[in-house]
Amino acid sequence: MMQMLNLSATQTQTTEAFLTIDQVSKVYSTPKGDAVVLDNVSLQVQEGEFICVIGHSGCGKSTLLNMVSGLSQPTTGQVRLREQVITKPGPDRMVVFQNYSLLPWQTVFENIYLAVDSVFPHKSRKTKNTIVEEHLELVGLTEAAKKKPTQISGGMKQRVAIARALATCPEMLILDEPFGALDPITREELQDQLLEIWRQHQITVLMITHDIDEALFLSDRLVMMTNGPAAHIGEIMDIPFPRPRERSRLMEDPHYYELRNEALDFLYRRFAHEEV
Amino acid sequence: MASSPLRYSTTNPILKKLAPIARKVLPPLVALTVLLVIWQILCSSPTSNLPSPIKAFNDTYNLIIDPFFDNGGTNKGLFWQILASLERVAIGYSLAVVVGIAVGIVIGSNTLLYDAFDPIFQVLRTVPPLAWLPIALAALRQANPSAIFVIFITAIWPIIINTTVGVQQIPQDYKNVAKVLNLSKRKYFFNILFPAAVPYIFTGLRIGIGLAWLAIIAAEMLVGGVGIGFFIWDSYNSSRMSQIILALIYVGVVGLLLDRLIAWISTFVIPEEPKN
Repeated sequence: MMQMLNLSATQTQTTEAFLTIDQVSKVYSTPKGDAVVLDNVSLQVQEGEFICVIGHSGCGKSTLLNMVSGLSQPTTGQVRLREQVITKPGPDRMVVFQNYSLLPWQTVFENIYLAVDSVFPHKSRKTKNTIVEEHLELVGLTEAAKKKPTQISGGMKQRVAIARALATCPEMLILDEPFGALDPITREELQDQLLEIWRQHQITVLMITHDIDEALFLSDRLVMMTNGPAAHIGEIMDIPFPRPRERSRLMEDPHYYELRNEALDFLYRRFAHEEV
Repeated sequence: MASSPLRYSTTNPILKKLAPIARKVLPPLVALTVLLVIWQILCSSPTSNLPSPIKAFNDTYNLIIDPFFDNGGTNKGLFWQILASLERVAIGYSLAVVVGIAVGIVIGSNTLLYDAFDPIFQVLRTVPPLAWLPIALAALRQANPSAIFVIFITAIWPIIINTTVGVQQIPQDYKNVAKVLNLSKRKYFFNILFPAAVPYIFTGLRIGIGLAWLAIIAAEMLVGGVGIGFFIWDSYNSSRMSQIILALIYVGVVGLLLDRLIAWISTFVIPEEPKN
């Protein structure tokens, strides 16, 4: 199967892809020898696509995302954005971290302002303030602008983190299990909000998740990773539901359960975690 | 019968308010009285080498009621003695703060420099304050700068070491945020490095001020001049034991106040404790 994937990757290389992950491997050298985390991963993402990546813990999903964001480099292979090799983080790719990563000593407003100020240093203070206010409004947190991250709930924190990422007008949003720590109701609210933002901004999204339903609801394609060590892409599932998607109608679609079972089958039978 | 405790608590609202204060104040007062009584008993015999508390109070009554007299030379009131010591501490400690924090930040941010200098610092910090005095006297040739140098060299190690730790423990999350947002060095310093390290820096500052106050007493005993340390030594040489006891109480109280001063300043500078 890897052979086939590689073949398709090389075949489509000539056509213009937005993001190209090209035969990427990541090897960490440890005292006990080399640890292969990712082995020959290739993926092409079109502009405006919503991609979810799913897989068991330790399969290198985050490692893959870090190489797209530029926080780490592939050992072999390349990650390219518009045919430019990614070597470091850039304002065109913004990351929403799993644990929010807001600065606790700054207010919600200041957290977002710092990002805007860093990416648009030449804009006037007034313009930058307006950008921050717009994005607070976008995620419905205008009221919480003066609060510190410790004073707001987990769902609100993640909204701030998303607002911070969007305020810099990135071409691509990278989310590392953004809703994993939230309660189910808040999670569904934020999923709806994220879809709405994605639709309005025409932004490309690459998102890690543990939740099959979340992936089926949100993404155009679901990338399923095999287990580590030396993880690779096991299967890519197209999710053909028309947009805008509505959660309740999606649940009634018999095709939804076919896809869901297929993904479950992949994760819990064919690539079941050893511990399970 | 059952109603009587209830009546007590409702009919005495003033007593009810005073109770927690009394609970805080009474135990230390009782403890102090007990200690003074034991001291009085131990030292009340006419052959005792040390004065009893009552004798000490009577002997030093003039010093207590007039701390501001100035008869020239080192014959000055305790206010001037303490002030002279505090001046030396202020100069030496301020230098240690500036140099210590700067060195700590540089060492903490650079692994190579840390590996190079940390072993040296670990050795130097164990050198007792007074061991530096002969070197200082030899190099500086003057008593007062030498005493100030001893303060500086005593206070600087905990400040350097705690600042270093503070910088090293900055969570990777915040560093990743800085990388993704492309924060400039200046923005990184003021928005992430300094706020993240400042609780550690203040731990160092508090240890430093305590050590500085310990060291000044010892240093002044050797270098002489106006100052509470030499006042103690001078009192010993002229067998005025009661004066020594009074001076020790002053030294203890001033040391406590210095510690509280730094703790009080820290409440303005240290950002709120992040809860998660």
